[in-house]
Amino acid sequence: MTEVLRAENLAKSFGAVTALTDINLRLEQGEVLGLIGDNGAGKSTLIKILCGFHQPDSGRVLLNGQEVTFKSVEHARALGIDTVYQDLALINELSVYHNMFLGRERVRWPLLSNRAMRRLAKEHLDDMGVNISSVDVEVAKLSGGQRQAIAVARSVYSEAKILLLDEPLAAMGAKEGALILDLVRELKERGEVSVIIIAHNYAQVLEVCDRVNLLQHGQITFDKPAGETSLRELTDLVVAEYRAARTRGAPPAT
Amino acid sequence: MGGAVGQTEAEDTPAAPGPRPPRALGRAADAFLRRREATILVVAIALLVYFQWSRSAFLSHDNLVNISQGTAPYAIVAVGEVLLLVSGEIDLSAGMVFTLSPFLMHYFIDYYGMYPILAIVVALLAGAAIGLVNGAVTVFLRVPSFVTTLGTLFLIQGITLTTSHAYPAEIPPAAQGLASWFGHADWSELIWCLAIVAFFHIVLIRTRWGLHTVAVGGNLLGASEAGIKVARIKVGNFMVTGGLAAFAGILEAFRTSTIDPSSGGTGAMFTAVSAAVIGGTALAGGSGTVIGALFGALVLAELQNGFNLIGISANPFNIILGAAILVSMILNVHLARLRRAGRS
Ligand SMILES: Nc1ncnc2c1ncn2[C@@H]1O[C@H](COP(=O)(O)OP(=O)(O)O)[C@@H](O)[C@H]1O
Ligand SMILES: [Mg+2]
Repeated sequence: MTEVLRAENLAKSFGAVTALTDINLRLEQGEVLGLIGDNGAGKSTLIKILCGFHQPDSGRVLLNGQEVTFKSVEHARALGIDTVYQDLALINELSVYHNMFLGRERVRWPLLSNRAMRRLAKEHLDDMGVNISSVDVEVAKLSGGQRQAIAVARSVYSEAKILLLDEPLAAMGAKEGALILDLVRELKERGEVSVIIIAHNYAQVLEVCDRVNLLQHGQITFDKPAGETSLRELTDLVVAEYRAARTRGAPPAT
Repeated sequence: MGGAVGQTEAEDTPAAPGPRPPRALGRAADAFLRRREATILVVAIALLVYFQWSRSAFLSHDNLVNISQGTAPYAIVAVGEVLLLVSGEIDLSAGMVFTLSPFLMHYFIDYYGMYPILAIVVALLAGAAIGLVNGAVTVFLRVPSFVTTLGTLFLIQGITLTTSHAYPAEIPPAAQGLASWFGHADWSELIWCLAIVAFFHIVLIRTRWGLHTVAVGGNLLGASEAGIKVARIKVGNFMVTGGLAAFAGILEAFRTSTIDPSSGGTGAMFTAVSAAVIGGTALAGGSGTVIGALFGALVLAELQNGFNLIGISANPFNIILGAAILVSMILNVHLARLRRAGRS
């Protein structure tokens, strides 16, 4: 197995709030890595460093063994990293198809190729099995699950080599969730894309991931292949942390 | 919002099949009414009919020229304000740039011996540079644009009054040859205005810049997460506004054959912002229409001109203007909601 992405000693603070203290993480070719951890543990912050949105305070990132400094989201994207953000990064005022091509519009200079974008957006959504009346509607009119599906579709069809999915299942019903999980599985079978996926449903994580990492206190404190851990163990880990924090008299890590 | 910005409109394909059986005429009317520009266009036409009915001079050649000249410079500034409002900002200093720029042209020609056409270009660039300052302070120093441009408003006014000693200046004789091109001929201002409106309408609804302008105003964080260079978009729109305000000021100076420190100013800026708002651009960002702003400016010019013809003094004009802004904003907010609720 070859390593496509590696983070070493990443730290990040926002003013007085320390989100990440010392993150060491690796992602291998074709692998699906599950990242779990409490709310406020720093998962989204880590993703946003790996996709070029935030710059780390210290530490380094290696892409295919080469150290890189992502100058911007665009830069990371050009290097093959694409992200589904927890907040989805959709623009309510824009149509589904403009959202699907946001930041990488098809252009026949100087005009947007709306026709091409509309057609491709429709193809991709049909392909994924997402149900939307028309790609012309504003995303403001869609349900939470539909919006999430669009954000996921946007990344999956970006031809990225590394996908970072920050809670892509959060607003989804059972059917839509299954749709995304199937999609991830399909990507895994093709083996060309490596994925980091954040989720709170450990059963789903175990179902789809090759390996699971737990983020606690700004560090990766647990790293096991999915086959060697269990729902029980993951639940216990997180609950144990909560109990420990309670007996210390402190609120659970946030 | 019925796709006023146009980004959601299927402009190069047939309309998506609606849930109801297609009735061509009904659908065309429906499509028209869903456009945010529609309401204001109806108002503009109604005013025209009313004023023509009460004073037949309203549609005379001379008066149409008057109306066009009362519309054009403010519509040009309004185009810039629309771009800014859509991207979630505002420029209160635009009217002062309008006032300053013909003075700059005058200084460049008469004191620095610049070629007139070059002086005009440099004055426009100076307007854009003021926009750059407004944008940079707003975006990088994180001062709300309302405050930034309130500051530069007074600053620029001070510069104009100090350098001109608050006296009007004459159009430099060397520039007289350009006068008819830049505002003095009857329809010159209107032609510039229509060209600028058409150009920026296309920019807003059909280009990447326009799409990103909507995105930045609609969801700033989301836009930057999606990799859009939000600072560049905002600063760029401030620069466009500065440049357009400078241009409108120069047109107006040539038209009136004088460079007047009392032309433009906050009055011009508020007229432009009113035109944008009446035309259907929301202050909240994320939606707006350039053509609507043109119609908005037209309605304001019609009102001012028509009141004049009828013999109503300028004083109640502000009552009408105020009411028009309130009504159009209320309609804006609620029609948008109705449209949203009503369809797909
Ligand atoms: N842009 C930001 N500015 C300030 N604090 C932030 C910012 N982003 C995240 N944080 C803080 O960093 C910590 C980790 O947040 P986050 O990465 O969103 O956690 P998670 O995704 O695991 O729930 C939280 O305390 C959060 O409040
Ligand atoms: Mg998060």
